[in-house]
Amino acid sequence: MSLLHVSDLQVSLGTKKVLNGIGLAVEKGEFIGLIGPNGAGKSTLLKTILGLIASSGNIILNGRPSSSLSLLERARLAAYLPQEREIGWAISVERLIMLGRIPHKGAFAAIDPHDLLVVDAAMRRMDVEAFRHRSAQELSGGEKARVLIARAMAQEAPLLLADEPTAGLDPAHQIGLMQSFAQMAKESSTVIASMHDLGLAARWCTRLVLIHNGQIVADGAPKIVLTRANLHQVFGVEVYLEATAQGLIVQPVAMTDSKNG
Amino acid sequence: MKDRYFLLLACLGLLTLVLFILSLLTGPASLCVSDSLHALLTGRGDAIVLVMREIRLPRALLGVLIGASLGLSGAVLQGYLRNPLAEPGLLGISASASLGAVIAIYTGLSLVFPLALPLMALAGAVIAVFIVQMLAGKGAGVLTIILAGVAVSSLAGAMTSLALNLSPNPFAAMEVVYWMLGSLTDRSMLHVQLAAPFILIGWVLLFSLGRSLDALTLGSDAAASMGVSIKRVQWLAILGTAASVGASTAVSGAIGFVGLIIPHLLRPLVGSQPSKLLPVSALGGASIILAADILVRIIAPGRDLKLGVLTAIVGAPFFLWLVFRTRRTAL
Repeated sequence: MSLLHVSDLQVSLGTKKVLNGIGLAVEKGEFIGLIGPNGAGKSTLLKTILGLIASSGNIILNGRPSSSLSLLERARLAAYLPQEREIGWAISVERLIMLGRIPHKGAFAAIDPHDLLVVDAAMRRMDVEAFRHRSAQELSGGEKARVLIARAMAQEAPLLLADEPTAGLDPAHQIGLMQSFAQMAKESSTVIASMHDLGLAARWCTRLVLIHNGQIVADGAPKIVLTRANLHQVFGVEVYLEATAQGLIVQPVAMTDSKNG
Repeated sequence: MKDRYFLLLACLGLLTLVLFILSLLTGPASLCVSDSLHALLTGRGDAIVLVMREIRLPRALLGVLIGASLGLSGAVLQGYLRNPLAEPGLLGISASASLGAVIAIYTGLSLVFPLALPLMALAGAVIAVFIVQMLAGKGAGVLTIILAGVAVSSLAGAMTSLALNLSPNPFAAMEVVYWMLGSLTDRSMLHVQLAAPFILIGWVLLFSLGRSLDALTLGSDAAASMGVSIKRVQWLAILGTAASVGASTAVSGAIGFVGLIIPHLLRPLVGSQPSKLLPVSALGGASIILAADILVRIIAPGRDLKLGVLTAIVGAPFFLWLVFRTRRTAL
């Protein structure tokens, strides 16, 4: 049984068809990179899987139709990192990450030792322990992003949907994040992350899904998806591609002529 | 951290209690402390009992109920709209309740049947809620709700002006204006009985939102992904405010700035966590209204200084100071 099974997914915003016939089966232990140009429908796909956007088609989460799940049941199955790094109030980093425990708590349940353990582990993973007592609003962009990712991890859902998690991170923390996601995918959670850095996606993801104009253009292992022809067609770029001992190296080097003029 | 929070709650609770007792002991009739409290509790001592139970007790009780409603709903609305400038008046509820009251005074209904005024005011609040909900639509964004509230506020304000404009005689106009200034003078136990059920129901609705408001700190999509129903939060926040602030406005007239400033002032003391802000804002609001209502009786005994005037006079400069401080930290 797949953790997530999506078939014939259609989403329209106004008169525009944003997703058109998306089909996707996601198994436990995968780390999927969702790639595609701006406006391709990556964020919409993530939100639709979470039930945040009305859609037609089937979304089956952990064997049950998503529409039959209560909000809390869904929250225990799928955690989400939105692209907008919104932090409304100056709450401390520790409390912010603790918010991830909400779906697991009864209405008036207090914080228990297990919650603290989970939050500590998430903080260690994202390397934010040093500022656990600081106000989350005072952090730099990259630090905020790491804190918000830790919050999503603390939700301990078997599926983690992250919208551009590496945006704004320095190179070391980008690699650290990808390592964490790869590790989580092996141990506990399946990760689907939308991203623009093809190099990181190629190096760390177990599978890539390439979206263009609301449709899946290619789906499979990085070396199958990241071909010159695909990148040329979808992104309009020429790339430098090389298979090395550390994995695939992808570096866009120029726009294709058709885009240039 | 937790201990500090309970200490804050205890301090504010104690402050409210002390001010409540002080409010009972303040008034034009100079009664000695032990006599008045004795009369209040035992019911023995003819005239004093009447003053204590029929005049001062309802006034103090309404101070607590109304102050807590303003503080609590202010904290909920700021959390829900993720905007530190949100306040109960923003949704058009105060303005519509005022309009209801004005119609009752204008038509002379309130002379025939005294409870017509609070009842009409409540009806005004309920109508405002439905209009705001209708305008905003289901699952509306924060901005739509604020705009809907502003529209309803303006319309109710315009209708109130119209009533004043066409007022049949200067006394009716005077009465309307005085009522709108906001006061707790000469309210009876009947007013308490009328407002209390709505206010208490409103409190239950508003207090139930604590955890959802915490989750909303990260935005509505993130909150929804944590199992929070945004639609439910919207309904509870608006209905809870309508019930508690609508009923409050119905008996006291519009009292401004408390719902805006109290949550602002207390937020840093609870580490900015929206759920923890709710109970402290309720207690803080109750304390402020009780204190202001004591002050109007001390500053100008016999002149009937209006409570709403005092909160605005103190509140507006304070608000300016807040803006100034925010600007400085933003730079």
